[in-house]
Amino acid sequence: MLGILRRKLACNGNSAAPMTVRDALNSALDEEMSADPKVFLMGEEVGEYQGAYKISKGLLDKYGPERVVDTPITEAGFAGIGVGAAYYGLRPVIEFMTFNFSMQAIDHIINSAAKSNYMSAGQISVPIVFRGPNGAAAGVGAQHSQCYAAWYGACPGLKVLAPYSSEDARGLLKAAIRDPDPVVFLENELLYGESFPISAEALDSSFCLPIGKAKIERIGKDVTITAFSKMVGYALQAADILAKDGISAEVINLRSIRPLDRSTINASVRKTNRLVTLEEGFPQHGVGAEICATVLEDSFEYLDAPVERIAGADVPMPYAANLERMAVPQVDDIVRAAKRTCHRTSALAATA
Amino acid sequence: MACSATAKFIQPPTISFRSSAEISDSFSSLGSTSSLPNKKLFSVSNNKKKNAIISPLSRRSATVVAVSSHVVKEEKKLNSTSSSSARTLLLTKEEGLELYQDMVLGRAFEDMCAQMYYRGKMFGFVHLYNGQEAVSTGFIKLLKKEDCVVSTYRDHVHALSKGVPARQVMSELFGKTTGCCRGQGGSMHMFSKEHNVLGGFAFIGEGIPVATGAAFTSKYKREVLKEDCDEVTLAFFGDGTCNNGQFFECLNMAALWKLPVVFVVENNLWAIGMSHLRATSDPQIWKKGPAFGMPGVHVDGMDVLKVREVAQEAIARARRGEGPSLIECETYRFRGHSLADPDELRDPAEKAHYATRDPITALKKYIIENNLASEAELKGIEKKIDEEVEEAVEFADASPVPGRSQLLENVFADPRGFGIGPDGKYRCEDPKFTQGTAQV
Repeated sequence: MLGILRRKLACNGNSAAPMTVRDALNSALDEEMSADPKVFLMGEEVGEYQGAYKISKGLLDKYGPERVVDTPITEAGFAGIGVGAAYYGLRPVIEFMTFNFSMQAIDHIINSAAKSNYMSAGQISVPIVFRGPNGAAAGVGAQHSQCYAAWYGACPGLKVLAPYSSEDARGLLKAAIRDPDPVVFLENELLYGESFPISAEALDSSFCLPIGKAKIERIGKDVTITAFSKMVGYALQAADILAKDGISAEVINLRSIRPLDRSTINASVRKTNRLVTLEEGFPQHGVGAEICATVLEDSFEYLDAPVERIAGADVPMPYAANLERMAVPQVDDIVRAAKRTCHRTSALAATA
Repeated sequence: MACSATAKFIQPPTISFRSSAEISDSFSSLGSTSSLPNKKLFSVSNNKKKNAIISPLSRRSATVVAVSSHVVKEEKKLNSTSSSSARTLLLTKEEGLELYQDMVLGRAFEDMCAQMYYRGKMFGFVHLYNGQEAVSTGFIKLLKKEDCVVSTYRDHVHALSKGVPARQVMSELFGKTTGCCRGQGGSMHMFSKEHNVLGGFAFIGEGIPVATGAAFTSKYKREVLKEDCDEVTLAFFGDGTCNNGQFFECLNMAALWKLPVVFVVENNLWAIGMSHLRATSDPQIWKKGPAFGMPGVHVDGMDVLKVREVAQEAIARARRGEGPSLIECETYRFRGHSLADPDELRDPAEKAHYATRDPITALKKYIIENNLASEAELKGIEKKIDEEVEEAVEFADASPVPGRSQLLENVFADPRGFGIGPDGKYRCEDPKFTQGTAQV
């Protein structure tokens, strides 16, 4: 539905000039810091270096070093400091240079942030955002390429978001900063430079997207493809290719890994009867596994074919460019998987 | 390796005792310099008794015994000469009784916990504080309500000293809904927003960054939000934690940003069965402060008055905005690491020695010798506390266990985090949601 609305807006010429994801994130941070003096940004290189990926460009000059805090290289320390600051009344945004480094601080994300509202029976809420690039970049090797959506998505007490477009980035980051609970905000380095059209509504400083609602990026009727972050772009490309073969794919941009919008996913599967889940991370216990489980639980009779799970290869990310390409899902993988779901059914299904 | 460790460890008692004015001098002079490896900041005797105390290292207890007994002896000597008047001035009758009451409450409460545990009313991990009361009372009784305390799993007495009612702590331990965390936290996770007890953490070292963060908030409120805020945070943790990375990360950042936090090390010489001397390359923890640019002070943690003196200066320093301090309190836990610990590795001689330095007995003696109160008054306090603890147990016993619906409550401050249900509406909006269906 939102997909249709977006196209309508575009047709009416109401959208402003395209905006990169980087600018979208920067503007969201800027607006939220301006609106609430309790919001501050903390992380490595966020101040004088303008952000390791330039996401926080200009913020130091605007808000000063007390609110844009350059830290020493101490993830456990500064993530914990952020949590403590949130316990006592501020609204920190903690940047991890990549989420791989969040593993050094994962105790604080889970044990002192996610669980605290529960352990204190609602007395201590933790309005913190942990953000940074997640997943594979290009040629950065095994220790810099892991996707953490599944790990954080498993933890009660956390909200986990994964934006795709600039509108997602703006709306979800603003929602995350305003949210009273800990939010893990998984960006993607390769998306930072990509431009997306953005509506005037999304540029408004009060714009916010609801947490827990997926977006149907492209309406279809033959197969549902769920994806998040960079993979949404791949899914859309695959959908274009599939359309030429007469397969109409519905692409769901999850936006929110936790809570997962099971209702949208199930409604879509009940409509198309086929599901392909798509993610960049490791396959075992991944986001796709959870989506499969939820669809089997809720919509088993509607499935006309086994669910296809596309994930990254079950290996640490290799360095060589050609191997890396093989380790991450590519558009043809998605096309092939979608076709597999369609051809496994009886001949009648293809015409529906 | 062990020998050199011991030699270093023995040195602290050669430091001389000074009056409180001199103590504050040490603190303030440190503020202007950034590395003071040799400065002894808190002193015990004026005479440099360098060699008198060094005994051959026999691993754990003997060395420690030697050190501490001399500390006590020198204290008593000075007491009888010039400092007794100086010391009495440090404590009024009200303060004396307040400290006594707080320590007795801590002790009585923990003893009751042990009883209740063995009767099956309390379960899981319970870590008792017997013997360390001087540290909690000495520090926390100097705080305002808005100041924060962050602790470890050995947190019952920190919560009590900070003002959380005994009945709420006891209920929490029983897992009842009237507990300070409605039974959802437990022994190791005491939180109180009202009294600013920010946990209660099971992972050692986890509380240190959280405390540093609360101090960051205090500074931020003052400097960015321009509020009138001089709140201080105390971080309590043990000797084992001082080998953990987060400890050093926070010493660095707290000193770097001059955060109003006091790092209080409760050095009770033992992790579970791992002696501090076996685990640490340089066992003198107070030395790690100056390495990061903050005062490092060693104090006799079995003497509440000494702890209080040092605490006053450290807290005042933090309030003035001069930054953090590292206070190493040499203390001892009379019981095992937890109620499940058979406590077989510690030398009985060591335990006996520290039992003679019981902080409650010491304070009682001091109060009576200096005519601050009569024995009868102190007995009255003990009786009152016993009744309070009994009442807490009765209250906890009589309280209900959490209802089934409580399972899903408080996971999020914004329960829309539970997502959207099959009917397309947020699950939390469904009135049946918290009635205990397993389908979340």
